[in-house]
Amino acid sequence: MSGFQTNNKVVSWLDQRLPIFSMLHHSGVEYPTPRNLNYWWNFGSLAGFVLVIMLLTGIFLVMNYSSHTSLAFDSVERIMRDVNYGWLLRYLHMNGASMFFILVYIHIFRNLYYGSYKAPREVLWWVGIIIFLAMMGTAFMGYVLPWGQMSFWGATVITNLFSAFPIVGDPIRTLLWGGFSVDNPTLNRFFSLHYLLPFVILGLVVVHVWALHSVKSNNPLGIDMKTPADSIPFHPYYTIKDLFGIGLFLMFYMAFVFWAPNFFGEPDNYIPANPMVTPPHIVPEWYFLPFYAILRAFTQDIWFISAKLQGVVAMFSAIIILFFLPWLDTSKVRSAKFRPLYRQFFWLFLVDCLVLGYVGGKPAEGVLITIGQIATAYYFAHFLIIMPLLGKIEKPKALPASISAPVLKEKA
Amino acid sequence: MRKLILSALVATGLVGASGAALASSGGEPLMKPNFSFNGFFGRYEPAQLKRGFEVFHQVCSNCHGLRLVAYRNLASVGLTADEIKAVAAERDIDDAPNDEGIISKRAGRASDKYISPFPNEKAAASANGGAAPPDLSLMAKARVGGPNYIYSLMLGFSDNPPEHHVVPEGKYYNKYFPGGNISMPPQLMEDMVTYADGTKASPERMAEDISVFLNWAAEPELDARKSLGLWVMGFLAVFTAMLYALKRQIWKNIH
Repeated sequence: MSGFQTNNKVVSWLDQRLPIFSMLHHSGVEYPTPRNLNYWWNFGSLAGFVLVIMLLTGIFLVMNYSSHTSLAFDSVERIMRDVNYGWLLRYLHMNGASMFFILVYIHIFRNLYYGSYKAPREVLWWVGIIIFLAMMGTAFMGYVLPWGQMSFWGATVITNLFSAFPIVGDPIRTLLWGGFSVDNPTLNRFFSLHYLLPFVILGLVVVHVWALHSVKSNNPLGIDMKTPADSIPFHPYYTIKDLFGIGLFLMFYMAFVFWAPNFFGEPDNYIPANPMVTPPHIVPEWYFLPFYAILRAFTQDIWFISAKLQGVVAMFSAIIILFFLPWLDTSKVRSAKFRPLYRQFFWLFLVDCLVLGYVGGKPAEGVLITIGQIATAYYFAHFLIIMPLLGKIEKPKALPASISAPVLKEKA
Repeated sequence: MRKLILSALVATGLVGASGAALASSGGEPLMKPNFSFNGFFGRYEPAQLKRGFEVFHQVCSNCHGLRLVAYRNLASVGLTADEIKAVAAERDIDDAPNDEGIISKRAGRASDKYISPFPNEKAAASANGGAAPPDLSLMAKARVGGPNYIYSLMLGFSDNPPEHHVVPEGKYYNKYFPGGNISMPPQLMEDMVTYADGTKASPERMAEDISVFLNWAAEPELDARKSLGLWVMGFLAVFTAMLYALKRQIWKNIH
């Protein structure tokens, strides 16, 4: 199956019994990659890199953390003050979560722009959405662990969402809490799951890469690789390009770790959790804000369906809808480069998500409520109305004959 | 390369937008003194840290705790071993049970965490008109604006609240405090603190010094963090430039 050759007898002996070297060679060296990938294609490997950083820093943080409500806050402060380089571990982990979401959001929007979710990459796209969901769960539970005011009240608000579902809502909430309010059992199960889920994500990433290597990478032109001239081997071309990307990314990441470590955080989380004092303004972490805005956009009970239930269903639907995108998008052309109308709606959609994020971070009052509702309506309209219609009415530009054609023409 | 710059801009744009969304709104804009620890090369200034400790020790510590800071940590603000022992011994703490199981008091030691002025929050509240003075260990991180907030609050007291603003009995008007009415009386009077280095103790001087000390209490790692950061950034800059050169070399026949 592969062009793996070796003169080393030990390696050869092992490889005949367990083809681990052949496999690595096949998927890490030979893997034929489109020759025209731009830097937006760096963000997948960058996200994988951050996952490893999160796992490593997390494992060492756990060695010094106590998951009891009376100890958790002080144990985190002990990490910050008394553990050797504990402050570095914690700030890497804290900011790593924000970095992970920045990278994954760029990765997702790159996907939307170049239509990578379309056939034959639907399953690859699905696995990606499942990774995103698992990340959200992991990040939410991780934020609870320091047991500050925002940890406690964020956990209270989010777990209470489940009570909106009729009949099953209350039992689900009790199960999440392990009792009748957010308390020590809640912290313990969140800690356990926060340790478990990243390894589940790691497994999902393996499946994600497996699916990718079966259908091969999309590219900025959105057309398939046809001849050997269209592709180049992954190593050394993309290994070095990814490494260069990691260097740049690390400079961005480290700027926050060393100079603005609490930029993404909430000051309130440096106040120990107090069930008797509610913070004036409870906000989730920034990466949840667009979804928080969708949740809060519903303010009217409709018949027996409470506004809360509508909001919760809408919030979950905002992600679930992504699973159907390969069929909601009726255009045969993948890349927005050749879709003059979609290209404009793509940017509108991006702005819409940023508006939702802004509204989600502000108190729900005045004109912001209306803006949040319009932005929410547009979010769903983008998928349910605009995407199906665009494929029908848009006249795509002519696609190049092959990936290598424009490159070779440029040379001539 | 152009696309790369664009991507960096988008990333920072995302960050900027979210940062703006996170900064919650206070009424009065805070004063922003030019702290020595601000900025890329910022460091705590040893003399100022020591003065800040003197303000805390002579004034704040009568009502406020600093429970996450150990006495031994005061070596970083310039106290000698003997001075640390003396400060620690000023307060008593429960000793471990003796052989008969009796718990008696002993003087604080350098290894103890800063002993709070009140045995518990109820006692603190009862002695202070119902509002317990908060622990100050993390105050510089637990408020929007951090050290700027502390500085502004220290100087924000006024006997003349704006019209229609009602100050209840036992409260004081402070324009930087949420709601405007704070239970803590104004603290920093001219020459309230005697600085060992002879610096004139003006309210502005003391406010800045205590803000610096409390920032140290919340972020004792700041000096180590920023100096390690410079090494890391320097390394990454060189390393990334080399990776870029290598990338150009490897790709030169592809483009």
